[in-house]
Amino acid sequence: MKEEIIIAGFGGQGVLSMGKILAYAGLMDNLEVTWMPAYGPEQRGGTANVTVILSDQPISSPVLNTYDTAVILNQQSLDKFESKVKPGGTLIYDPYSIHHAPTRTDINIYPVEAMEATFELSSSKAYNMVLLGSLLKVRGLLPVEAVMKGLKKTLPERHHHLLPINKQAILKGMELV
Amino acid sequence: MEDEVRLMKGNEAVAHAAIRYGVDGYFGYPITPQSEILETLEELMPWETTGMVVLQAESEVAAINMVYGGAATGKACMTSSSSPGVSLKQEGISYIAAGELPALIINCMRGGPGLGTIQPSQADYFQATKGGGHGDYHLIVLAPASVQEMADFVALGFDLAFKYRNPVMMLADGVVGQMMEKVVLPPQRPRRTDEEIARQCPWAVTGRTGMRKPNVMTTLELDPVAMEKNNLRLQDTYRRIAENEVRFEEHGTEDCDYLIVAFGSVARICQKAMEDARAEGLKVGILRPITLWPFPYDEVKRLSKKVKSILVVELNAGQMIEDVRLSLEDRVPVHHFGRMGGIVMDPSEVLGALKNIIEKRQS
Repeated sequence: MKEEIIIAGFGGQGVLSMGKILAYAGLMDNLEVTWMPAYGPEQRGGTANVTVILSDQPISSPVLNTYDTAVILNQQSLDKFESKVKPGGTLIYDPYSIHHAPTRTDINIYPVEAMEATFELSSSKAYNMVLLGSLLKVRGLLPVEAVMKGLKKTLPERHHHLLPINKQAILKGMELV
Repeated sequence: MEDEVRLMKGNEAVAHAAIRYGVDGYFGYPITPQSEILETLEELMPWETTGMVVLQAESEVAAINMVYGGAATGKACMTSSSSPGVSLKQEGISYIAAGELPALIINCMRGGPGLGTIQPSQADYFQATKGGGHGDYHLIVLAPASVQEMADFVALGFDLAFKYRNPVMMLADGVVGQMMEKVVLPPQRPRRTDEEIARQCPWAVTGRTGMRKPNVMTTLELDPVAMEKNNLRLQDTYRRIAENEVRFEEHGTEDCDYLIVAFGSVARICQKAMEDARAEGLKVGILRPITLWPFPYDEVKRLSKKVKSILVVELNAGQMIEDVRLSLEDRVPVHHFGRMGGIVMDPSEVLGALKNIIEKRQS
């Protein structure tokens, strides 16, 4: 098993933390993991992306140019990464901030109304968790319980009261796709 | 608990490993992409547990001179920075090398020259391996390719630094510093006691106790004859290091037609390229120098005899390639003669050296 994932969007949307939770969940599930951010001077509003690799074998390069799966949160990222998904791969995106939908026919494309869902959940901060839920459902990478353990590891203790709403968001994402 | 597999950045792993090694002092100044080292140390507050000093100095120059001072007392001291900051430290590094002091310096390289970018680079290879500061000195240079090695090379770096009384540089880059992967941290060791330091470092300036001869720590020597002696002693140390401490790793070199030479994170990227090439039937192997100084010249030379060509891959315009090319020198031997410490050679010495070479060729 090896899954090469790119998660891309605006800084502040939870791109890096979504990758982090995924990486921690991989760790909990005894997989090899790498988490490589495209770090830069960007802050909230700029672009942000992270490459996460989960594998049952040792991982060589943490830097990639094609991906099994892309999770896309804004138009710039779609423009940049649609062509980088391997044929037969997966593209998950939120149509909320997309003006030009993806056009490839050789990959599996899943629009997920994640932003709409966060309005229902009344927690916009759980936005990335909705998309993570969709990713888990589509790719069947990891059990939700491993992800919850990963989330508990990444979230500082003072925020642990937010665990239930995050789980709700993940389940919502699984349901939406 | 000690063997727990953790997930963290290379920079964070350095901070944890430093505390667990029993480092006495960290002196630094923030700069991307290595600021997490200082940040993590401040978060972990080791001064309340092991008693390790963690200090954000007023500048890179101050930080390296704090390391110099601490190291002179036999303490295990370290600093970290990124390329422009490491340039600022060069004077202090030269002094530490001249003082024959153990210390660990971490350079998490970013793009240069100048203030450059904050993204990963390997453009400080020359600076790290060929001197950097003034004078005839060498650092032992370790190039980590994973978060695990970022952690492990803290201990290895200090062990080598104390063994040879020579500063060690961990030459990392923005990729290994910023990426997260699995790491197993070493067990917590106690910091050495003053008595242990005195036993391990009889040269240390710890305040004269009993009636022992005073230890003096200076890098100034007004007498060129004495300074050449100092240089010869340093050169002898470098020879011992080159004989005993060359480290490298190989993948697929048993049957390769083409050899890639790469270090640090780039070797990981090349390994992926190798996997892809082999899938297409191309027999590619990788040599990853782990010590950039001393460089694995002999191994490059050995491998060069069985491959069709060599590709050197680096995040720079071609720096390590010079050492690879040097390894391949077999038909035309290159020799050198020199003097050191301010002594100027006379013509007869030059003639003597020349004859020496001719004689050796004939025998």
